[in-house]
Amino acid sequence: MGKANFGGIVKQVCLEYTPEVEKGDYVLVHVGFALSKVDEAEAARTYQALERMQQLSELEIPDVADDDTAMPRVA
Amino acid sequence: MKYLDEYRDEALAKKILEEMRRTVTKPWVLMEVCGGQTHAIVKYGIDRLLPNEIELVHGPGCPVCVTSLEMIDKALEIARRPEVIFCSFGDMLRVPGSEADLLILKSRGADVRVVYSPIDCLKIARANPEKKVVFFAIGFETTAPANAMSVWQARQQGIKNFSILVSHVLVPPSIASILQSPFNRVQGFLGPGHVCTVMGYREYEPIAARYKVPIVITGFEPIDILEGTLMTIRQLESGRAEVENQYPRVVSREGNKVAQDLVNKVFEVGDRKWRGVGSIPKSGYKLRYEFRDFDADRIFDTREIDTKEPEICISGLVLRGVKKPHDCPAFGTLCTPEHPLGATMVSAEGACAAYYAYGRHLEAKQREPALTE
Repeated sequence: MGKANFGGIVKQVCLEYTPEVEKGDYVLVHVGFALSKVDEAEAARTYQALERMQQLSELEIPDVADDDTAMPRVA
Repeated sequence: MKYLDEYRDEALAKKILEEMRRTVTKPWVLMEVCGGQTHAIVKYGIDRLLPNEIELVHGPGCPVCVTSLEMIDKALEIARRPEVIFCSFGDMLRVPGSEADLLILKSRGADVRVVYSPIDCLKIARANPEKKVVFFAIGFETTAPANAMSVWQARQQGIKNFSILVSHVLVPPSIASILQSPFNRVQGFLGPGHVCTVMGYREYEPIAARYKVPIVITGFEPIDILEGTLMTIRQLESGRAEVENQYPRVVSREGNKVAQDLVNKVFEVGDRKWRGVGSIPKSGYKLRYEFRDFDADRIFDTREIDTKEPEICISGLVLRGVKKPHDCPAFGTLCTPEHPLGATMVSAEGACAAYYAYGRHLEAKQREPALTE
């Protein structure tokens, strides 16, 4: 078991399935179990690839609100 | 939070939508498999931002919704017994059985408890040795590692008053079943990101090849869903049908081997009945013979159950992507989250509940006078 910080709320999380996880990593948690480490390098690569797409005309889209997340940081 | 807020970025969403407009030349029907994706799509209005050529239909991936009525009735039958403490995830409590739901039983005095994790049940079992603690083990592959661990640890710790009522479902057979249907309209899939976190995506490759359908494993943030849609459209427009991974920050082709190993030790694949869909061969997990002492279905004799579905409810068609929630005459009138007729109105991941939560039942009402004029 380990502690994970869900944006301020710290909960016990089972780390049996993610033996590679270290303190400070982001993990994906489902019903109290960490299922995967969130790969920051991949996250950055995906995001940057998308950002490089050509900037084009303005579109009307609504604001996206903040939401609960299941990607806490291992404390 | 790092790499979370970024995936909700408005400017980036606009770029992806513009790229989609440049890419699409003809109409396409895509299905998002997972209920979490359905929720995000309706919440952020993503289906309404897409080019008109692209239609999103909502898939069967809401575990609460597809749990069969027989299973719900079995759960009610077990929960009713005075020697039982019945534990469940919260969103199962309002799912209508033939006569009642778990919350109604609780109000009549049954010991029904909501748990955050199946592991919590072991603590309850230890604290209540004179009681039988039963956990309602529903879910897709994402939840299987947690449920498997609860049984594994119960055996290791010698906990004898704990069992699980298993109603596990698997995504790949349900996708294949949708593609085999003569009513199928789906031409591409946004694959279930969190199911694949556990299972990887190798098992989707034969499906993509056999049915010539693109499957893009997709995450749950608005940018993920937009990018997954763009990747699927690019495949369709160029005549490709492959499995691609939009969600590599979490999903790998092999998945989580450690979790798969324990799931395979505890569970084996078996036939499973889906609510509103019917029986699909090899579409679920059941406990292996070695773990039969933890099988609530075996411990409690609940065979003689007569099930009754409300006739008006079309949740089966909604789950298969044949109909949308507002096609139902009961949607938002007879059937609401306070008085759900079908499971798709109960869980936050159900298409009907998501449509209702974000006000689409009001739009349906507004449209009515215009139609009769």
